[in-house]
Amino acid sequence: MSALLEVEDLTVELGGRAVVDHVSWQLEVGGRLGIIGESGSGKTMSVLAIVGLAPDHAVISGSVRLDGAELLGRPDRELAALRGDQVAMVFQDPRAALNPLMRVGKQISEPLRVHQRASRRAAATAAIELCGRVGLPEPERTVRAYPHQLSGGQRQRVGIAMALACRPELLIADEPTTALDVTVQAGVMALLRELVAEEGTALVFISHDVALVAGVVKSVIVMRDGRIVERGSAADIVRSPEHEYTRQLLDAARRTST
Amino acid sequence: MTEPLLVATGIRRTFALPRTSLLGARAVRHAVDGVDLEVATGGSLGIVGESGSGKSTLVRILLGLDRATAGEVRFAGQPITPGPPRRLGWFRRQAQVVLQDPFGSLDPRMTVASIVREPLVCLDIDEDHDARIDEVLVAVGLDTDVRSRYPHEFSGGQQQRIAIARAIAPRPTILFGDEPVSSLDVSVRVQILDLLRRLADEYALSLVLVSHDLGVVRYLCDDVMVLRDGKVVERGPTAAVFDAPADDYTVALLRAVPRLPALEGN
Repeated sequence: MSALLEVEDLTVELGGRAVVDHVSWQLEVGGRLGIIGESGSGKTMSVLAIVGLAPDHAVISGSVRLDGAELLGRPDRELAALRGDQVAMVFQDPRAALNPLMRVGKQISEPLRVHQRASRRAAATAAIELCGRVGLPEPERTVRAYPHQLSGGQRQRVGIAMALACRPELLIADEPTTALDVTVQAGVMALLRELVAEEGTALVFISHDVALVAGVVKSVIVMRDGRIVERGSAADIVRSPEHEYTRQLLDAARRTST
Repeated sequence: MTEPLLVATGIRRTFALPRTSLLGARAVRHAVDGVDLEVATGGSLGIVGESGSGKSTLVRILLGLDRATAGEVRFAGQPITPGPPRRLGWFRRQAQVVLQDPFGSLDPRMTVASIVREPLVCLDIDEDHDARIDEVLVAVGLDTDVRSRYPHEFSGGQQQRIAIARAIAPRPTILFGDEPVSSLDVSVRVQILDLLRRLADEYALSLVLVSHDLGVVRYLCDDVMVLRDGKVVERGPTAAVFDAPADDYTVALLRAVPRLPALEGN
């Protein structure tokens, strides 16, 4: 099995403190990896560093290879060309991730215009098609709506449509359902699972919710204070966690479950 | 038979929607649409619903912060309606609230001691304020030497402890929580829930807890009501409702929660 993404000894320092501390993992083509951790565990910072979106003052070392090509140290122009094309992200807060002044159709097809130089007309058609794929109602009308006219769940579907526009090899979803109601969350998760399976897109799914992660990925890493404390298959980790911290997380999740 | 501590009957709250035409009447939205509820002394009620279900509007009405379009709220036999701050002073001593975002609900320029002191001063609580501040800080699991520190120096969980200390300082009989643990990490969430449970037991506090998180309600509340579009679709003892939900919406809500398989050996 060939590796799509290889992260080796990735370290991110902010103000002299290692928020990501020698982290290594791999993801094969079409693989699905979950990163579990609480606030401050470095889970978000590690993927931001991978796609070149870490803060400017962050000191990053190690190696990140996508299809064998090193990403760290590449000029931002090249990374920008990669983002939204080969690697796409879905963020936690869809309201903050969308431009409030731009119709959603235009935002969904923006990656196509930028990366594939699609014509205005082709982009508009693609936006309608993508809206339909992510289950937004009345695609022809929805593409003309502004983000504030949509519900939270619909906005996140727009975020997913945008991420999938260029058929990326890798989709990074950072707590994509934290801002949503449970029933809406279930819908968005089903959509993500389905799309990833259909397209063969590799997925990195970041969340503090162990049960949610376990439902969508095959393998899992658990992070704490910038380090990986445990890794393994999702099924094994939820049934028989080895590390004390994973045990605590699972215990906390189980005690407050319905 | 005496009346339960908190009784609400036929609560309705409508909001006028923006005009859609120049001459037509404005449409109204029924945020809370005919809700009855009771909370006994020492009892705990969970109000569950998704965004837009009217749960926060309902709590604002129960707290006398918003005027119901129709219906009545009574606390210890007295009507609760919004009015000049002084008039509801007696009620504010009895009912306190813990909100979702601890950092947003603590004044960043006040020290912990002055934050916790504020309700004691504002509500004219007649006791040694300094002693009470130390007492509640210890009760919520903080050191008394945090008194001179500021909110930003604390983690989210500790900030929520400060907010809880402030809430229990005036010795309320009922505590309202509006998503009190939603912004916290799972492991911290359990600690805060344990704290709330312990305080409720120790001080014989009644609890009204609003949450979209069914697990949190199950953990803390004896009774639950499920709210959808301003109406109660189901209510009853928490365990009974969650184990055998009768309403389709409750079933859908419970089914939507991701679950962990049981631990090996259990």
